[in-house]
Amino acid sequence: MQTLVVMLSMKIAVVSGKGGTGKTTVATSLALTIENSQLIDADVEEPNCFLFLHTKAEIVGNAEIPVPRIDEDICTLCGKCSDSCEYNALANLPGKILLFEKICHGCGVCSAVCPIDAITEEPRAIGNIYSNNGEDLLFNYGELIVGEELSTPVITKLKEYTNEEKSIVVIDSPPGSACAMVEAVIDSDFVIVVGEPTPFGLSDMKIVVETLKQLDKKFGIIINKDGIGNEEMEDYCVKENLSILMKIPFDLKIAKQYSKGITLVESFPEWKKDFTMLEEKVRGLVTG
Amino acid sequence: MEERFYDVGRKSKGAGDRMTSKETKQLTVISGKGGTGKSSIIASIAYLLKDRALLADADVDAADLYILFPPTESEAYEYKGLKKAVIDFDICTKCNICQESCRFGAIDSDLYIHSFKCEGCALCYHVCPVSAISMEDRVSGFYYNSDTRLGKMVHARLHPGEESSGLLVAEVRKKGKEEAEKSGKDLVLIDGSPGLGCPVISSITGSNLALVVTEPTLSGKHDLERILKLLEQFHIPSYVIVNKYDINEEITEEIEEMCKDNTPVISRIPFNPIFTKAMIEKKSVVEMETTDETTKDIQKMLHEIAKFVDEKI
Repeated sequence: MQTLVVMLSMKIAVVSGKGGTGKTTVATSLALTIENSQLIDADVEEPNCFLFLHTKAEIVGNAEIPVPRIDEDICTLCGKCSDSCEYNALANLPGKILLFEKICHGCGVCSAVCPIDAITEEPRAIGNIYSNNGEDLLFNYGELIVGEELSTPVITKLKEYTNEEKSIVVIDSPPGSACAMVEAVIDSDFVIVVGEPTPFGLSDMKIVVETLKQLDKKFGIIINKDGIGNEEMEDYCVKENLSILMKIPFDLKIAKQYSKGITLVESFPEWKKDFTMLEEKVRGLVTG
Repeated sequence: MEERFYDVGRKSKGAGDRMTSKETKQLTVISGKGGTGKSSIIASIAYLLKDRALLADADVDAADLYILFPPTESEAYEYKGLKKAVIDFDICTKCNICQESCRFGAIDSDLYIHSFKCEGCALCYHVCPVSAISMEDRVSGFYYNSDTRLGKMVHARLHPGEESSGLLVAEVRKKGKEEAEKSGKDLVLIDGSPGLGCPVISSITGSNLALVVTEPTLSGKHDLERILKLLEQFHIPSYVIVNKYDINEEITEEIEEMCKDNTPVISRIPFNPIFTKAMIEKKSVVEMETTDETTKDIQKMLHEIAKFVDEKI
């Protein structure tokens, strides 16, 4: 009797807490090593993955927020819309209701509460979605338009381009631990936390670990720039029983290659076996 | 560490919130790209200008300056951000209109509300035909006014996964100004977060000057272009510092060329282990005792940056 083994598509998000610890380094190398993969750069405020890949990505869509348009011929200036806006995006001024577009979340409350249906909605673009329309590697990223405030809706739109038929989907996430990071990781099967072993790195890692535990996400740690600081990060991981998946040493050679926009596995192909093992380890933790 | 708690309730945020006092000046240090060294650099500036300036850490979901300047005593203020929807199942008729209406996918088909997805817009509250939904205040974080060896420092901690970090940044900014005025200081130094969305925009609002700390990498340069565009939109005079410049001198020069007309590079600092060493010793780089010449050179550069700020504002 033959047994059919189906490799399930796995979504792996890469986070850090502190910025600059090496998320993009890990995300690009992982996606480039594994066959039939997709890389999604969800750091929409400052996307960088495209600088490292030898592929051209073009705009394939945009992220929009529906914003209110008030028909001033009908509007009675009752102020119900501005009173109900939880974001203070509408101001009831003498003779006019003023909209602060950039803080409008597109929730629809104002049009829902208007007693005379004076409010319609119009989409407003806040970001662009890019794709290389590639096979292996499929690459997508989102980019928030400079001056726009809300990055989370761009990430939400970007995730629609997730290809469930890929063996792995690697999601390079924003730094921090607020709502944008949560949006990037919320649908993932596993989260890789990339930390740098310095006091700032450890402090921010603890916050992100707490967030992932609240989200009930399986996760593991990669210590990058190992040797740059002290042993506190490793001690913390051991004490908290966190899985250390990989260590990448601090090495000026790696830093210089990164500065030129060359990925780790392209600069030093011997690392491919480490990223292959990383994927196997993660798959084991997800299915185990 | 002693903490005293104040419940200030939910603050109203509107356009008027964006005005700042004429007397107190504001400098924000940002980076676009994370990990360029802005917190380390602002720490040294804050130490050198401590008689004149108050330090405010506005990187509210990844605050680090408390490590270098440990608080000995803090006043803690509750920050209530966006409300969260709560369904009263004694009244609920399970019509699911709330679930269908929610634009953020926060309500499941079994009417479980995912608090991480709920944006507090209250649409469900408005559309519920039996008024079974209430919007509840929740504490989204804290901000602190702490005693440190610099004098008062304002900082904050946003609860994980929360939205409205920009609003908490605004509280930090305002408290910073208030405390600066009380302490007889005329300058607030704001440590911003990486990126350029709402928390960063909130940290540069009302600033007289911005310093952008970048690194000589393709990523750093690309992110710098975007952040300078943002600062231009806000008409904030800006200057650039290239940190770890010797990692790639070619890109350092490209950045200097790119910046020279409008936002000149005022300093290029070499990569040096003193930055991490200082973190581990819980000091700013300028406080470290050293006999090493390259380290002393870096300390001199930081003195020059502080002097530049002191004279510019």
